Amino acid sequence: MEKLIEQFSFGLFFWQLLLFIAVLLLLRKFAWKPILDAVEDRESGIKDALAAAENAKKEMQNVTADSERLLQEARGEREAMIKEAREMKEKMVSDAKDLAQAEADKMIKQAQVAIESEKKAAVADIKNEVATLSLEIAEKVIKGQFSDQAKQLKLVEEMIGDIKLN
Amino acid sequence: MHGFFETDILSDMQKPFYVKVLLVVTLLLGINAFAQEKDHSSSKEEGSLKSEIKEFIGHHLLDSHDFTLFTIDEENNEHVGFPLPVILWDNGLKVFSSSKFHHGESVAEVDGNYYALYHGKIVKTDAEGTINYDDAHHATNVKPLDFSITKNVVFIFLVSALMLFLFARMAKSYKTSAMPKGIGRLLEPIILYIRDDIAIPNIGKKHYKKYMSYLLTVFFFIWIINLLGLTPLGVNVTNNIAVTFALAILTYLITTFTANKNYWKHIFWMPDVPVFMKIVLAPIELLGTFIKPFSLMIRLYANITAGHVVLMSILGMMFIFKNWIGSPLSFGLAFALSLLELLVAALQAYIFTMLSALYFGSAVEEHHDH
Repeated sequence: MEKLIEQFSFGLFFWQLLLFIAVLLLLRKFAWKPILDAVEDRESGIKDALAAAENAKKEMQNVTADSERLLQEARGEREAMIKEAREMKEKMVSDAKDLAQAEADKMIKQAQVAIESEKKAAVADIKNEVATLSLEIAEKVIKGQFSDQAKQLKLVEEMIGDIKLN
Repeated sequence: MHGFFETDILSDMQKPFYVKVLLVVTLLLGINAFAQEKDHSSSKEEGSLKSEIKEFIGHHLLDSHDFTLFTIDEENNEHVGFPLPVILWDNGLKVFSSSKFHHGESVAEVDGNYYALYHGKIVKTDAEGTINYDDAHHATNVKPLDFSITKNVVFIFLVSALMLFLFARMAKSYKTSAMPKGIGRLLEPIILYIRDDIAIPNIGKKHYKKYMSYLLTVFFFIWIINLLGLTPLGVNVTNNIAVTFALAILTYLITTFTANKNYWKHIFWMPDVPVFMKIVLAPIELLGTFIKPFSLMIRLYANITAGHVVLMSILGMMFIFKNWIGSPLSFGLAFALSLLELLVAALQAYIFTMLSALYFGSAVEEHHDH
């Protein structure tokens, strides 16, 4: 210990203290502060970049999910539209069919009615014709018969009997 | 404890660089051994050789007023190196070159005053260089205040300049890119290690920033200067108690002047103990605040000094065992020890920084219930 104290050099202590403090102050200004600041900046930059990347990833996932959903929706919509169109087509076809059927039925009915009335008219005509002819025949017959009394009577009788048979 | 620090430091430093440094230093140490061999090449008796080695080690551990790389011829006072300025305060400023001492061989005369080197210290003497002794064989000559630029001061200055150059350049490289360039790639992980594993865990996220400058400077200063001590330049700055004292006193002053109310309360009026204990604890705690930096000072000084003494003693063995086994054994041991010293250089820097951070942490600790 005594040797240590004896060895102690005040000059060396003085220079060490002076130079060390000087270098400490200079380094603080020109080295440590800029270095530590730069490193800190870099670290916070990396941290921010990582957070931004994470956010972007999340956003990307959201976007993908969104587009997937949209696609799904579009697909559903298309299917619904196709289905609707098909249904519409079927409905139109069946409607048209029904309409045509009804029209046809109507036309048939009209035709039937027309035929019926034509028939009736024709029958009526025929009846009239038959009546006229019958009358002419009858006239002729009557005329012929009237010439022969007995025959006439017989004829009338026969006719009456015929009529009854009819 | 040591094992933990070792693996910790190794894993946190860039290993390839570490290997490179190891190689370089090993090569340099080889030259160092060679340089010392020159000093002792003259064959002498074993007894005087031992004392000569001892003296050489003692001399190596001391600061010196000139920059001697090695001695060519002791007898004719031939040395390779250069003198350094001597600055004295002795009733006025006296500045002269250390070459006037002729490596302690002669008395320097400045403005009518005579100065001599006595055990590495400058003492005032007369024209003949008489040293007066007291009963306990201590020199009683007047010792003027010595502000000389000694070998260690030169190295403190060089390391400071190197650090300024390195770190200012590194700081500049951040202006152009977010990643450091060149040596910054090696230094940045160490800076981050000090921030994330020394400062923040010990001081806390809230306060650590104001201590970062000191912790970083002290770590790199001690580390670089310890590493330089392992080179053949033969300079040991941190084995001077004055240097470690200066560093420790800074830690003490920073702790004391940034301490909050809670810190002082724990020293002078320990909470949650009986009043009698409070009174007993106060002086102990107060003494503790001095013992903490004192232990920092002694630890760094003793570790580096011990390392150098052992390393140089092993090297000295080479000249004592003059047979075929002595030199390889001595070389092998010195090599292994150099590797260990390389680790100690970083370890002591780490421990000094770590403990300083711990003391700062206790100074700014917020009050919490026990």
